[in-house]
Amino acid sequence: MKANQILRSITPVLSPLFAISSALLVGAGLIALAGVNPIAAYSVLFREALANYYGFGTTLTKTAPLLLTSLGVFVALKAGQFNIGGEGQIYMGGLGSVLVGLYVHGLPALIHVPLALLSGFLFGAIWGLIPGYLKAIRGINEVITTLLLNYIALNLINYLVSNPLIEPGAPSPYSPTIATSAQLPIILPQTQTHAGILIGFAATIVLWIVFQRLPLGYQIEAVGQNPIAARYAGISVERTIMLVMATAGGLAGLAGAGEVTGLKYRLFDQFSPGYGFDAIAIAFLSRGNLVGVVMTSLFFGALRSGANVMQRSAGVPVTVVYAIQGLAVLFIAIGLALEKRFAIRQSSVITSG
Amino acid sequence: MRDGETAYLRLEGITKRFGNFVANDSINLKVNAGSIHGLLGENGAGKTTLMNILCGLYQPEAGQIYLHDRAVQITSPKVAIAQGIGMIHQHFMLVPQLTVIENIILGSPLTLRLNLKQKSREILVMSERYGLSIDPLAKVGDLPVGTQQRVEILKALYRQAKVLILDEPTAVLTPPEVQGFFKVLRQLAAANHTILFISHKLDEILSLCDHITVLRRGRVVGTTIAHNSTRQDLARLMVGRDVLFHLEKAAQSSDHIVLEVQNLQVRDDRHLNAVQNVSFTLKAGEILGVAGVDGNGQRELADAIAGLRPATAGELILNGQLITRWTMQQRIKRLKIGYIPEDRQKMGLILRFSIARNLILKGFQQLPFCRNGWLQRGAIAHHATQAIQSFDIRATSGKLRVSQLSGGNQQKVVLARELSGDPSLIVAMQPTRGLDVGATEYVQQALLTERQRGAAILYISTELEEIMMMSDRIAVLYEGRFVAILDAATATVEQLGLLMAGSPAGRLSP
Repeated sequence: MKANQILRSITPVLSPLFAISSALLVGAGLIALAGVNPIAAYSVLFREALANYYGFGTTLTKTAPLLLTSLGVFVALKAGQFNIGGEGQIYMGGLGSVLVGLYVHGLPALIHVPLALLSGFLFGAIWGLIPGYLKAIRGINEVITTLLLNYIALNLINYLVSNPLIEPGAPSPYSPTIATSAQLPIILPQTQTHAGILIGFAATIVLWIVFQRLPLGYQIEAVGQNPIAARYAGISVERTIMLVMATAGGLAGLAGAGEVTGLKYRLFDQFSPGYGFDAIAIAFLSRGNLVGVVMTSLFFGALRSGANVMQRSAGVPVTVVYAIQGLAVLFIAIGLALEKRFAIRQSSVITSG
Repeated sequence: MRDGETAYLRLEGITKRFGNFVANDSINLKVNAGSIHGLLGENGAGKTTLMNILCGLYQPEAGQIYLHDRAVQITSPKVAIAQGIGMIHQHFMLVPQLTVIENIILGSPLTLRLNLKQKSREILVMSERYGLSIDPLAKVGDLPVGTQQRVEILKALYRQAKVLILDEPTAVLTPPEVQGFFKVLRQLAAANHTILFISHKLDEILSLCDHITVLRRGRVVGTTIAHNSTRQDLARLMVGRDVLFHLEKAAQSSDHIVLEVQNLQVRDDRHLNAVQNVSFTLKAGEILGVAGVDGNGQRELADAIAGLRPATAGELILNGQLITRWTMQQRIKRLKIGYIPEDRQKMGLILRFSIARNLILKGFQQLPFCRNGWLQRGAIAHHATQAIQSFDIRATSGKLRVSQLSGGNQQKVVLARELSGDPSLIVAMQPTRGLDVGATEYVQQALLTERQRGAAILYISTELEEIMMMSDRIAVLYEGRFVAILDAATATVEQLGLLMAGSPAGRLSP
């Protein structure tokens, strides 16, 4: 019983750890196939990403959008909704913040920055609310709508930065620079690390409070676990789903707003290298555990940060890193299957009989 | 049990623990060759655990299994099959898309040639020998439930099973199917198969089995010969005390009208009128039973009164207040209606939530569970501890997931929530469905206590006996209408049965 209980309480930590280490192990095989010593390659990767001041700065910079978007997927998942639309929501958030950064003038940074972020949040929230509304009121599957809205957002941004928003004389599609007063501060001097990561941590803490201490968190989980029972108990399932999807979109929107106001200072065509899709993997890897979301985001951020240096100094192609990410998702699925089998054998029947 | 008869299957001192919980406590059991042996017990008595040990899913911590006086170790389901132990689960393990024959040979040892023709001949011969006539080429998904069960039995016989273990096999069958099924089992026993029949239904066990072993809380509390036992004896063994098959109700008189329903009309999910023109009044301290065959508008009537489904016409008046248009949210915040839904697992509970969190499902936004916008963990835990005590929920702590409780204990969690705060109106929809004798009695007593307190209760059930036992007045619902409201003291089963079947004959004598 004791050992069993301990085992059950640490599985949420153990199983991502198993998945990640297995993925690294198989990744090592791939690196060896490329003719490089895997230990050398990994030590370059992680030394650069975690032990080097500038590299660590890059890790945090890449972690910020990953974390915020993963939180969006995480929140939706708590209400039983699959938000595959993080990527599109990131783009809409970027658009929201760039509009405030370009067209609002004469504000002190203390107001202009939050306003730009808020606008990004709202744009993302609308992009999340649309599938939320369609799901709750019209019963349309949110997996399909969120996925398709990604392409609409991507092409919308492409059109805007190629036409009305394009900087005059620019060689490729991008917008002019936003006002300095709308730019997020750098938090690690001499690096690109902006305050976006702090927003990510703050959002994590807020969500932790919501799910641990507030009736709203209870309501969301009730809807996610059993919408029929939630409705029976007087909870408006429709409103909860719409609220959650809007929040999910808003969090991803913040990620996009952070990229624009903290890193690029402009709106670029295709400015997200697939953070919205990585976020889905991160949220599933973390198994409904907020600390897991933070740790896994950091891990994915570190992989992305160290990958280039690994390519340059060890000659291992960057794609190996993407393979490792994919493998981690594969192994979490394997872990889940194993756990299920274990659970059937061990517990399940305490008083049924 | 007579001496001299050989025990085909013998268990000695079988013990199985789950953590601190002893599911099987040194179980001794002897089953004779060619006999039908009943294993009787409440939900949670350890029947299923014992069966899972016999078919190799669990390993016992102590004890020994003997087949024909030979000690055997059943380490996996494969070993169980090799030893001639066949298992018929409550939920069939069949592939609906495959034919009967394909299902039967599924999982049998691989041979290079799949000679379906020859195998179907074999199966046909086998099925005729046991009187289990079947079309081997029919698709299993197209067969009625009773026939699917035959396929399960044939599957076990095809694998040379000498011992058949049946887990609550009649739960899915209609009464005529049950009779046919029992005939088959008797034939199998006559052909020297040994049958272990697990059930919590007293009448079935009594009419079918030769010997009966009763389990209670993981222990064998008695083994008897069926034709020397009575319902009362077995119920007492099973529950551990005398069971009332008649409930004592104190006379209750109050003139306060709690609920008034006028010309209520409700639509079902297909937008057809499921409840039409239903009118009645319900007084404090009164139980109005609603009898009827399933699907005659019971669900819609209960949902409309609780607020889950809008009334398309008519009025609902609760304690003098018109509440017809109130939403579920408003009713939960401002009224005291207890609603025990028909399906506790789908609607009444969130199975992956703990007991404590299920208990606050309706009150999580209100005091004492929520204060100034914050959930009060102390109050929530304290409430759970209290409910576990006062409703006798068999759980070590409020943190236990509801999915880990037995059906009876799950229903107690629902009761604890719905009866808290002294509701003036209780709508109970099939509240004893799927519960064993002890739990059924508990639920009924709890509702009678509420009646004593002065609650008005709408008791909806398809079990006529239960309705007659519980109610003060009985309404019969047929095709969405109340065809009669009778005094429970003078109503007869025959009269109610006729009314439920839609015959006007019953209406002549009120």
